[in-house]
Amino acid sequence: MIVLEKRPQPSQAWSLATPIVAVLATMFFGGLLFAALGKNPVESIMTIFWEPLFGEFSFYYRPQLLVKGAPLVLIAIGLSLGFKAGIWNIGAEGQYIMGAIVGAGVGLAFYPLEAWYIFPLMVIGGALGGWAWAMIPAFLKVRFGTNEILVSLMLVYVAEQMLASVSLGLLKNPEGFGFPGSRNFQSYASAYNAELIEGSGMHWGVVAALIAVIFAYVLLNRHMLGFHIRLTGEAPRAARFAGVNPARLILFCLGLAGALAGLAGLFEVSGPSGQITIDFNVGYGFTAIIVAFLGRLHPVGILLAGSLMALTYIGGEIAQSELGLPAAAIQVFQGMLLFFLLAFDLLTNYRLRLALKEVA
Amino acid sequence: MDLSEINPVLLIASLMVAATPLLLAAIGELVVEKAGVLNLGVEGMMIIGAICGFAITVETGSTLFGFVAAAVGGAVLSLLFVLLTQVALANQVASGLALTLFGLGLSALMGQSYVGVKPPSTPELNIPWLSDLPVVGPILFSHDLVLYFGIGLIAVVWAVLKYTRLGLILRAVGENHDAAHALGYKVIRIRVLAIMFGGACAGLGGAYISLVRVPQWTEGMTAGIGWIALALVVFASWKPWRVLLGAYLFGGITVLQLNLQAAGVAIPVEYLAMSPYIITILVLVILSADKSGAPASLGRIFHASH
Repeated sequence: MIVLEKRPQPSQAWSLATPIVAVLATMFFGGLLFAALGKNPVESIMTIFWEPLFGEFSFYYRPQLLVKGAPLVLIAIGLSLGFKAGIWNIGAEGQYIMGAIVGAGVGLAFYPLEAWYIFPLMVIGGALGGWAWAMIPAFLKVRFGTNEILVSLMLVYVAEQMLASVSLGLLKNPEGFGFPGSRNFQSYASAYNAELIEGSGMHWGVVAALIAVIFAYVLLNRHMLGFHIRLTGEAPRAARFAGVNPARLILFCLGLAGALAGLAGLFEVSGPSGQITIDFNVGYGFTAIIVAFLGRLHPVGILLAGSLMALTYIGGEIAQSELGLPAAAIQVFQGMLLFFLLAFDLLTNYRLRLALKEVA
Repeated sequence: MDLSEINPVLLIASLMVAATPLLLAAIGELVVEKAGVLNLGVEGMMIIGAICGFAITVETGSTLFGFVAAAVGGAVLSLLFVLLTQVALANQVASGLALTLFGLGLSALMGQSYVGVKPPSTPELNIPWLSDLPVVGPILFSHDLVLYFGIGLIAVVWAVLKYTRLGLILRAVGENHDAAHALGYKVIRIRVLAIMFGGACAGLGGAYISLVRVPQWTEGMTAGIGWIALALVVFASWKPWRVLLGAYLFGGITVLQLNLQAAGVAIPVEYLAMSPYIITILVLVILSADKSGAPASLGRIFHASH
């Protein structure tokens, strides 16, 4: 009989190995899933993980890796700080949408003026939009003790309706022949989040994501606030005795996560996606939850996890067009990853030991 | 705009239909939480139930088989949650999220060939004399059987929790799992059964959406009802009859906003459509001051060595 024995300290080695084991397990079981769908499992997995990086058209896909990875990393960094402290913001999708709406709104308000300060103002608007949306659950939690999980999630649905509303009304392109959706930023130079280096996929969102990684790393390892975040998550009682102010921590963690998600939305709407449309959001806010956990809530881990997740997005699209793999199969694949990760995490905190069944 | 077009009798009758998926999912989650487990995967289990029920009903032509399949589907998915939280001792919040993300993807995959298909209609109660009564007939005597089953389930859960030994043990496990363990109760086993019950209920609720309420299959069609069900348990402060009350309240709001949309009220459709979510938040705010009803061990991991 196998029993679980709690480790005196979480195993460092397993903590690093779990994500890798989880990815391998997901590849294996994902392969089984693809085989069940009548696809060649090896070919499918190769298409997802190999093709975008080293395949024939990798020159096209590699830049996409940055484009898809940046919003995931940006959002996941914000979420990870909260998750570390036991603050569960799962409404990043809504904050992402609101950031995009506010940021795009700022830009469109200036149309057709061309000036250098428009894009920076949009960036500020995006961050503020996401921040404000996240402050709703934060404030309600601090003031009334309302559950932030449910409130932040409910606000995703509200934000989606807002998005529908503005793309049909407030921000609708007056020259768009009645089609829903805003003006395209591609034809508005001062507000367009263009590639910094032609053909690299590198836009301001990627830069922001890298800065966020460094910022989070410094915060967690070199700053008192970061220490308080970690302390609150690992030993809430000790944190209270140490004088950590939980309300301030909630406001900070949720606010920062919201601002980063809002930035991600703004960079996306003003760059790769180009315009506000009813279905402009593609679920980055939810996938970022997987990224945060897969990266072990560690900034560098999140950077790697975000790249891997971007890879599955792009590889998934290739597999869709080349092998006819359904889009939902990739979603299942990503969901599986989180499952295996959480399951294998057991080995970080517990030791498996063979034992004879004792008499109770 | 013509508000006189809204018929109050039909409004109440459709309110009961709109409330049933919420009611089923919430009563299941109430039992899970009473056992001390917080399963945030309700949305995922609901949507799996929605597609399982839909697919089996379309294939077999029997809604009964469909609902049974939905309950089984929800319970099977909840086993994944069991595996994570009760065997691998993973964090319940993260595991619940994983369940929802996975369920949404899996249901989309399973439902590909069912988009646009019309399911056979669910038989409705038809008592010759009673169902034809004005006002009372449409409200009380002419619904589908699952709706009555839902109300019956509330009564059963209430009675079991309040009057039986099983209910007492369940509550003991939820209030203080260490004490329950010391008394010799199988904490893990009881929780596993509670989680599976919650999964089956959520599955039924999901199938009710795809088979009765809408009825058709679209991706992500539960649209947050699972999450509202979670809020409803808090709203009900873990009391079965209040779940019924809350579900009818939310059902009423949903139906009313749909009716207002149809009646062409001067409020934009999007703002009406977001109202159930906003009202959920407001209710949570008003009620979150009182947490006295919450099981004391809610969300805590149990391991005999602790």
